[in-house]
Amino acid sequence: MTRFQQFKESYFLYSFKRDKVAMGSFIILVMLLTLAVTAPWIAPMDPYDANNIDIMNSEIPPAWSDGGESRFPLGTDNMGRDMFSTMLYGLRTSIIIGVCAVTLQAAIGILVGLTAGFIGGKTDAILMRMADIQFSFPYLMVAILVSAIFQMVFGIGRYEELAVPLLVIIIGFAEWPMYARTIRASVIGEVNKEYVEAARIIGLSRPTIMLRHVLPNSLTSVMVISTIQVANAVMSEAALSFLGLGMPVTKPSLGSLIRSGFDYIFSGSWWITIFPGIWLILFVLVINLLGDWIRDVLNPKLYKG
Amino acid sequence: MFAFIIKRAFQAVMVMLVIGLIGFSIQNNIGDPIRPLVGERVSPEERAEMAEKLGLNDPFFTQYLRFIKKALHGDLGISFIYHKPCTEVILKHAPATIELVLGAALIILVVSLPLGVYTALKPRSIFSKLVMGFSTLGVSIPVFLTGIMLIYLFAVTLGWLPSYGRGETVDVFNNGYWNSGLFTIDGLKHLILPSMSLASIMLPLYIRLIRSEMMEVLETEYIKYAWAKGLAPMRIWLVHAFKNTLLPVVTVFGLQIGIMFAFTILTETVFQWQGMGFMFLDAVQRADIALLNAYLVVVASVFVLVNTVVDIFYGFINPTVRITGKT
Repeated sequence: MTRFQQFKESYFLYSFKRDKVAMGSFIILVMLLTLAVTAPWIAPMDPYDANNIDIMNSEIPPAWSDGGESRFPLGTDNMGRDMFSTMLYGLRTSIIIGVCAVTLQAAIGILVGLTAGFIGGKTDAILMRMADIQFSFPYLMVAILVSAIFQMVFGIGRYEELAVPLLVIIIGFAEWPMYARTIRASVIGEVNKEYVEAARIIGLSRPTIMLRHVLPNSLTSVMVISTIQVANAVMSEAALSFLGLGMPVTKPSLGSLIRSGFDYIFSGSWWITIFPGIWLILFVLVINLLGDWIRDVLNPKLYKG
Repeated sequence: MFAFIIKRAFQAVMVMLVIGLIGFSIQNNIGDPIRPLVGERVSPEERAEMAEKLGLNDPFFTQYLRFIKKALHGDLGISFIYHKPCTEVILKHAPATIELVLGAALIILVVSLPLGVYTALKPRSIFSKLVMGFSTLGVSIPVFLTGIMLIYLFAVTLGWLPSYGRGETVDVFNNGYWNSGLFTIDGLKHLILPSMSLASIMLPLYIRLIRSEMMEVLETEYIKYAWAKGLAPMRIWLVHAFKNTLLPVVTVFGLQIGIMFAFTILTETVFQWQGMGFMFLDAVQRADIALLNAYLVVVASVFVLVNTVVDIFYGFINPTVRITGKT
């Protein structure tokens, strides 16, 4: 049976087809991802290019309301950038940071979790104690404090230049314990199974057993938390940017767009804040809905409510 | 039990020492400790003398020990913006944050308890499905966006409620520390929107938690027995089932109060609420390293303290925790 056929007949696909919410979320998610990836080609203007920006165009309301212009369908922001294009680019930035940060989290978490679960004893105790301690501080607090410190160390100008990699590192390190715990728990479940014993008897090295045999069997739990973690990472990034500790307004993510629009909400220019806000909520919501569904399908026992 | 308490206390002290080390190395490596004391216009000789007097030329470890000693006496340096000891600045801003958290906690309790119980009792009713749908939507909305939307709706469009600041405050003890907005109508009006947006992020979690705990309790033998005995439904639900869902809920609530403090930074920024979070961001933007550091140390101590107390308290209730020695 080929892989494709296997997939076609799987319970995973079957339950996906039956769940309208999951299907709908998936379609919206794919649309948003496509828009984000192809932003440079489909966006009407490039908001990063200062040549395209005319300050005279600032704060134009959306096309359907009074004073709107058809070349700016969702209006313009305070700098005269087309909202629609800026939002596409913003979503792109948010997604890039979110996905990279979760990859980093997963990498650290898997490494720590595998080591702790496989070696056990003192190493396990020390590593898990570290995870526990970090877990006792809310990740958002850790991220905010660390980014504030980084901003002071690098200076604001340099921090803004390096914002993308720094944010990835900050959010990545703020949330690794989640992965470490999950992986460790499932590794401990796997380690005593017969196939691991068999692998040991034929003389495979520990790293090989860990990476080639134990890890693939623990990946289901990684799948379950990864979706939700991407949503969390995007939210954290938005929060940091909103506080002025993330992406600069010249290269906005959704969070910094919302921040720049917030100053104008009192003068009635609601679209600069509300549109990126809805965009962000939509993205996070569909991921959360999909995440809930994946959790139910892959791990029915976990589900209580 | 005694060994468990000692172990947890030791761990708490270790964590605090590490956090102190982080805080100290920040203070030591960025910024100039002399500038806030004497200003910019001082000759290099005087600066060198000052540095010697302050012990800035001592080895790192000696300085660290001195930092810890001072911190234990409540001395966390002098704030560059306020020209006052950091501890005093933080103490002055703390009541605003605490009032905000209290307001949000009250909203959470009042709303989540009845909703959680109702959705557990009638999981198939349309209202329950609506509540659960809203709670999924609720976790997907960042707290600052809730704040902005509330401002746009109630302050900008409808003009019902004020959108920023704390309004009229009363100095409760007449010593300048606790300026409370809880005793004036204006102050309470200013509290509504910020506490609503702070509550919004935790509310869905509590509704779900109470619902799932309640549903679990409803499946137990003793509830079935109560039904068999023919007790009135209200009595079974409220007296027998609800009472037993409370313990886990209260424990989680204790732990999550800490998480709410993280979200106060966002809420306070949106509403320009003059609390600790607002002060912290101000310190970051104006590069007040001493104050940033003091905030780090104070917040970390609060967390460590709350966690340790909850853990020990939990150890009393649930003996299995202290036998294995895990959290």
